Amino acid sequence: MEHYHMNLTLKVWKQKNKNDKGRFETYEVKNISSEMSFLEMFDVLNEQLIAEGKEPIAFDHDCREGICGACSMYINGRAHGPWHHTTTCQLHMREYKDGDTIVVEPFRANAFPVIKDLVVDRTAFDRIIQAGGYISVNTGNAVDANAIPIDKHNADEAFAAAACIGCGACVAACPNASAMLFTSAKVSHLALLPQGEPERTTRVADMIRQHDKEGFGGCTNIGACEAECPKGISLENIARLNREYMAATFRGGSKNSI
Amino acid sequence: MSWKSYFSTSVGKKLQMSLTGIFLITFLVVHAYINAQIFWNDGGEEFGHLAHFMGTNPVIRTIEIGLFAFLLLHVIQGLVLWARNVGSRKSRYAVSKRNETSRWYSRSMGLLGTLILLFLILHISMFWAPNRASQTIGNGELDLYGMMRDEFQNPVIVVIYVLGCISLAWHLVHGFYSAFQTLGLTTNRYKGAIKAVGVGFSIIVPLIFALMPIAFYLQWIQ
Amino acid sequence: MTLNSKIPSGSLESKWKTYKSTCKLVNPANKRQLEVIVIGTGLAGASAAASLGEMGYKVKTFCFQDSPRRAHSIAAQGGINAAKNYQNDGDSTYRLFYDTVKGGDYRAREGNVYRLAEVSANIIDQCVAQGVPFAREYGGLLSNRSFGGTQVQRTFYAAGQTGQQLLIGAYQALERQVALGNVKQYSRHEMLEVVIIDGKARGIIARNLVTGELERHFGHAVLLCSGGYGNVFYLSTNAMGSNVTAAWKAHKKGAYFGNPCFTQIHPTCIPVSGDHQSKLTLMSESLRNDGRIWVPKKQGDNRKPNDIPEEERDYYLERRYPAFGNLVPRDVASRAAKERCDAGYGVGASKQAVYLDYASAIERYGKVEANKLGLENASAEKITELGKGVVEAKYGNLFEMYEKITGENPYEVPMRIYPAVHYTMGGLWVDYELQTTVPGLYALGEANFSDHGANRLGASALMQGLADGYFVIPYTLGNNLADDIRTKAIPTDHPAFVAAEKEVNDRINKLMSIKGTESVESFHKRLGKIMWDKCGMARNEKGLREAIEEIKALRKEFWSNVRIPGDINEFNPELDKANRVADFLELGELMCMDALNRNESCGGHFREEYQTEDGEAMRQDDNYMYVAAWEYKGESQFEMHKEELVYDVVHPTQRSYK
Repeated sequence: MEHYHMNLTLKVWKQKNKNDKGRFETYEVKNISSEMSFLEMFDVLNEQLIAEGKEPIAFDHDCREGICGACSMYINGRAHGPWHHTTTCQLHMREYKDGDTIVVEPFRANAFPVIKDLVVDRTAFDRIIQAGGYISVNTGNAVDANAIPIDKHNADEAFAAAACIGCGACVAACPNASAMLFTSAKVSHLALLPQGEPERTTRVADMIRQHDKEGFGGCTNIGACEAECPKGISLENIARLNREYMAATFRGGSKNSI
Repeated sequence: MSWKSYFSTSVGKKLQMSLTGIFLITFLVVHAYINAQIFWNDGGEEFGHLAHFMGTNPVIRTIEIGLFAFLLLHVIQGLVLWARNVGSRKSRYAVSKRNETSRWYSRSMGLLGTLILLFLILHISMFWAPNRASQTIGNGELDLYGMMRDEFQNPVIVVIYVLGCISLAWHLVHGFYSAFQTLGLTTNRYKGAIKAVGVGFSIIVPLIFALMPIAFYLQWIQ
Repeated sequence: MTLNSKIPSGSLESKWKTYKSTCKLVNPANKRQLEVIVIGTGLAGASAAASLGEMGYKVKTFCFQDSPRRAHSIAAQGGINAAKNYQNDGDSTYRLFYDTVKGGDYRAREGNVYRLAEVSANIIDQCVAQGVPFAREYGGLLSNRSFGGTQVQRTFYAAGQTGQQLLIGAYQALERQVALGNVKQYSRHEMLEVVIIDGKARGIIARNLVTGELERHFGHAVLLCSGGYGNVFYLSTNAMGSNVTAAWKAHKKGAYFGNPCFTQIHPTCIPVSGDHQSKLTLMSESLRNDGRIWVPKKQGDNRKPNDIPEEERDYYLERRYPAFGNLVPRDVASRAAKERCDAGYGVGASKQAVYLDYASAIERYGKVEANKLGLENASAEKITELGKGVVEAKYGNLFEMYEKITGENPYEVPMRIYPAVHYTMGGLWVDYELQTTVPGLYALGEANFSDHGANRLGASALMQGLADGYFVIPYTLGNNLADDIRTKAIPTDHPAFVAAEKEVNDRINKLMSIKGTESVESFHKRLGKIMWDKCGMARNEKGLREAIEEIKALRKEFWSNVRIPGDINEFNPELDKANRVADFLELGELMCMDALNRNESCGGHFREEYQTEDGEAMRQDDNYMYVAAWEYKGESQFEMHKEELVYDVVHPTQRSYK
């Protein structure tokens, strides 16, 4: 891989807090190595801003290895940037060339209010899980792990769904700002396993109600979520959620009485 | 949760869109089959028989009420969903490369649906409404074949019809697949087949419809 | 104060059983009155909070991330050990215990480690019941792999995302308790002080990272599950936010710090690519199962790896350790890589890397596959193609990650790897009940020092975090809280809360008022360099003494020249970072003091003065078979207390992997 350096123009969304209107600021960064990650390029910019006595750009990030789901930028019109199956922290600067202009915005959705600059509040996801994204088993009650054999195919599919990192790229990419891919990943993960069976009906119904309550849009099967998901969560999970929901509709039942 | 609350969530509404959509798709098949009889070029005889049956059979007339109810439901829920979905992102992206991750027609179902609705208003007021009116308060059934022949001499009407069919085609390309996805039938095993059938359907059926005004206008049929 | 580890008497096998059946219990009505604060929501924190919530305690959790699900436990790749013996290969609780004590180079407590091995099997049961999708065989039963050179297959895994799946399991259990109202969750909050009333930990001061406000929270007990302190090295495989602050505040309030110098350096990480590097990425240890590690035989060889012929390659691990080869424990593999690079055989632009080569594995697997398919006289290309397929199925996600980061295709070109700081075995000193030297203050998971001795075995961190949270603390906390049932919730206007909050406030104001010229990041980098160079993979007396002085000077500079932009009462990540780096600047000094004190080489702690002629570590059991528990006495003043380690069952031997 040939290494090179580049100068870039960045147009970054700045917003002081949730109530501020927000606007784009333009920054120049120089001498960026093609080996840097996208967030390391932001580190360089922030160091430069601090040195100039300006305020650095706030952005969410933590593990920087593509698994925690904290990073969340909308880069040149794409959630987590242009690379397939990649989080922002794993995007590297060799994607760009000298003189490029990059526009960076926060994930936008009513259900993800901006906290500051590129940082958004994704606690709605926690509340969707609280609505039913679990198996009700207390510590210490478990039978031997091999007591229930599980079809390998189902176990693998459950794993593929459980690989969701809760980053919110599905919401960011969806023209409807729907969190259906996120919700369906959890519904699928648990519906595919025998342990999840007892709460199947209530889980899907309650999670969908919470999803709607948070202000996410509805799913219209567009598929942008699947295309942008850094973990390759499949639309088939939404199909499964729909099946689960229909079954719940005909069976009735929910932890909520409404 | 009650039936009502199940059907009023975003997934419940989508389910309504899917079921009504599939009903409307079946209607399209029947409609296309009957109207395609004009291509026998038999002066509308075969078409007339079936049109008479459809217009007078009590079972069909009852289903017709259902058809309108479903159409209305499809339209209203569609608009409600559209409004909610558009409203769920108040602050818009400055740059969005949506075509890299999805298709324009799947994002434009509201727009395409509205175009189809406008077309339908025209279409119904041209044929169905005067016919039923005449049946109930006038002098019995109208000569629908003759009406077609006359109306489709107007190039403006023909163009509007063709545009209506194009809207329908794009609406169906996404709608057909989407209806089955909503029913949860598009597992990886069947997804390819459903998508392929959907695309085929979306081309063939609107094409048959579009050929009708064109055929009359170009006098392929007399 | 003398250290009482409170190990129950009796045989090794009976200690925990006896404890469980004789410890005090709290009745359900009283549990509802007892409040517990949990700091950190990784495996240890989330599992503890969920379990305690289920039991009926009133729990509050705090994490600095935006959701508990993002705690860095999520990044663990390889797996979790458990003595299930599902593979019928002779595993047992005793073997897991023995391997852990030996792997830890005889610097861990027998009683604790045995308990850990004992509950390991329950962890797997619990996780499966929660729906953790571990890898399975076609028969539907759980799959195992061997890990880190153990002789049995006891590692359970979920592809290369075991930590993620276990954390999501614990997180779901936690969210269920939140939904039931038993747990209150505070995310984007950072604990900045522990409040001590009448000698007991009774609450915390936390900063709301969104608004900058300080909050007071009362708890009958405080559980620190805040992880390790590897970020003191600046570059590590830890998450950017991982920090020592919670543990350090506790330490300064009286909790002893155990074995701070015990740091684990993981041998297979992607090397540093330049000054811009912000963190390091680990490649699962499982890669060493099939990959071969080598450097050129010639110093400073600048040829491309594929141009270096077989006979000019030095497979140094296979050469030095013929019995274990590429599968020697982490500390040994790491030091061997450093030795080669220091001697001038390193590869890549920085010369701080060695090759991890899959060419022979691809060929080997390709031949097996060709045989399976009945292909006689398969061409070399066909064999390579088949072999790549097998390697992709086993390690595809890791190879993809490597390619994303480096832009090189590891199927074609050997990967470059180098050791990186990964885990800290040291931590707050705790007794058998996981209680620190401050009553009411507990430490769980990586935050405590207890179970891994001087070196942790692969796939044991997840095990310990969950063991502490699910199976130990529910008993030991009750045993202590049973005496606290008459203690009413203390109002947070108590003078101790006021004083603690003032302390925090003053410090933040002081930091903000410095208005110097250098960024927090730059101080952190400088600290990291001192630590890595002088208290990293190899340490010596001279270097450590220098490091202590350098850190002192750097700390002084920090407090007079750091520049923190923004305001206090807003979302201000630079201020958050400053708070953390300030603590690292104190901890670093203690780590060096501890390393200096320990005149021996053991596990992750390698003192150059104490090695055999061929460069192997030399323990000094006669003088250093103890836990060094440091008490904070004021700036730069720490007093060491010894907890002698007694081995009743295992007889310490020199580890040999030759």
